Amino acid sequence: MADQNTTSATPALEVHDLTVSYHSKPVLWGVDFTVPQGTLTGIMGPNGAGKSTLIKSIMGLVEMNSGFAHILGGPLEKVRQQVSYVPQRESVDWNFPASVLDVVLMGRYGKLGLFKRPRKADKEAALSCLEDVGLLPFKDRQIAQLSGGQQQRVFLARALAQDADIYFMDEPFAGVDAATEQAIINLLKKMREQGKTVFVVHHDLQTAPEYFDWMVFLNTRLVANGPTKKVFTQEVLKETYGGKLSLLVQVGDLLAEEGLPPRKG
Amino acid sequence: MTLIAGDYWSMLAGCLVAIPCAILGCYLVLRRMVMIGDAISHAVLPGIVLAFMLTDKMDTLPLLIGAGSLGMLTTFLIEFLHRKVRLQEDASIGVTFTWLFAIGVILVSTFVSNVHIDQECVLYGDLVNIPFDLMEIGGKEMGPVAIWTLGLVNLCVLAFVWIFYRQLFITTFDPSFAVAIGISATLWHYALMGAVSMVSVASFESVGAILVVAFLVAPAATAYLLTDNFKLMLGLSVLFGIASAILGYLLAISLNSSAAGGMVTVAGGIFGLVFVLSPRYGMFSKKLRTLFKVA
Ligand SMILES: Nc1ncnc2c1ncn2[C@@H]1O[C@H](COP(=O)(O)OP(=O)(O)OP(=O)(O)O)[C@@H](O)[C@H]1O
Ligand SMILES: [Mg+2]
Repeated sequence: MADQNTTSATPALEVHDLTVSYHSKPVLWGVDFTVPQGTLTGIMGPNGAGKSTLIKSIMGLVEMNSGFAHILGGPLEKVRQQVSYVPQRESVDWNFPASVLDVVLMGRYGKLGLFKRPRKADKEAALSCLEDVGLLPFKDRQIAQLSGGQQQRVFLARALAQDADIYFMDEPFAGVDAATEQAIINLLKKMREQGKTVFVVHHDLQTAPEYFDWMVFLNTRLVANGPTKKVFTQEVLKETYGGKLSLLVQVGDLLAEEGLPPRKG
Repeated sequence: MTLIAGDYWSMLAGCLVAIPCAILGCYLVLRRMVMIGDAISHAVLPGIVLAFMLTDKMDTLPLLIGAGSLGMLTTFLIEFLHRKVRLQEDASIGVTFTWLFAIGVILVSTFVSNVHIDQECVLYGDLVNIPFDLMEIGGKEMGPVAIWTLGLVNLCVLAFVWIFYRQLFITTFDPSFAVAIGISATLWHYALMGAVSMVSVASFESVGAILVVAFLVAPAATAYLLTDNFKLMLGLSVLFGIASAILGYLLAISLNSSAAGGMVTVAGGIFGLVFVLSPRYGMFSKKLRTLFKVA
């Protein structure tokens, strides 16, 4: 835990009045929400909604124009060791001369400080994370020789190796087959049971209500934030995704099936 | 062809240029920053000249400081033009270093006239004369000054990449993740460019400002084609660097031409040979595609 003041009642994430812009064009505007600990939260919104930007600004990778993001009740610097980040897979060059184990070991670097080298314990932790994502047989492979879904799992294993309390994952299911997606979501649910908080950027509205118990809907502004049962409604979806009719009809059916209340607009 | 003692000093100097260049070159190639390396190796020139004008000597320390600050200035200007002014990166690089280099050339040709520093030497290096500038301590000859300078630079670069291996590795592969876990990508970017500046200034006397970039790129690019393992890539690039320096020097004496020119020709030749003969062609063509995206 961060310090004595942190209890399970402290929100995992508190974003206040967050505005971010690229070259003076705002991408996030006055975003304000709070997510409790122990949730598996879906961050949802159309392409270009600012989902990646939200995570990057929380992780201090892009500058905020205004507002702040507090993790476990404080700024990122105070809890950095407890926060883990999975970037979008396309953010790195996979032809890099590194093995799967090399990359997963990077998850341990944050705890090592300036001069210490990874020890046996770090290597063992990395190997056990590789086992969790089913990639142990691939540990010595060069990362270029993996499929897209396997590369995605390498990133996941690296995040697991950080042994954090809060996880931010940018599209961990992109390019992953159905069986792997199921395995990963089971892993994430297990992490939630252990009291960890996991944020996942996700695109598939069909699977979302089954995966997440909390959702944040975003489209430059915050559209909705709350428990899935409360916010996964046709009205919110319409406001988030605009008038893409076919999609909304599908989700309308889905809502009926799931017995979630399709609020009348 | 007979070699005299001086030739061995020159070859050694060539190797001592090739080794740190090859090592730093691996990082530049993987970071797609080869052209920034090129820019720095040119832009240190005004720093060298200013240091010389202020102290009136070719002392190592002022030179390293002068070149180091110019290297930082170059890195900063390129970043500034690219990120804040939003000029394309190649345009930012081009505009920055040609300008600084031109200032250096003007400074050399108008204000400085000295056996140690003239236009010719600055542009093309002077490997052959290295053995004649000897270090003396208490009246005792200790070998060429350049060997001592280059040796020191080699030690610094080796220590740098040895001690900070992890930081350089992670900020090269995934700078965003590095920043997220508290390892500053900017800090290590500048540290690396500082090292490149230092190596450039130590090398310019031997191989000249124009050809330093060849020592930065060719051995590293050759090694990149041959291995999937980063540590092995570092090792192979050093081997290719040394081979280019020695074989290139021999080629140059047998043709009675520029030593640095010979070395770069051989370095290019080795790259070509590996490119054609590599046994693992599949991997190869894939890597070439990334490599050419770099240039
Ligand atoms: N580095 C950048 N420079 C300029 N504009 C950017 C940059 N990164 C993102 N943008 C813009 O910011 C907006 C939000 O981008 P962001 O990547 O956060 O969207 P996203 O919700 O993650 O989308 P996706 O679902 O496609 O991943 C987009 O309009 C995008 O064009
Ligand atoms: Mg995104």
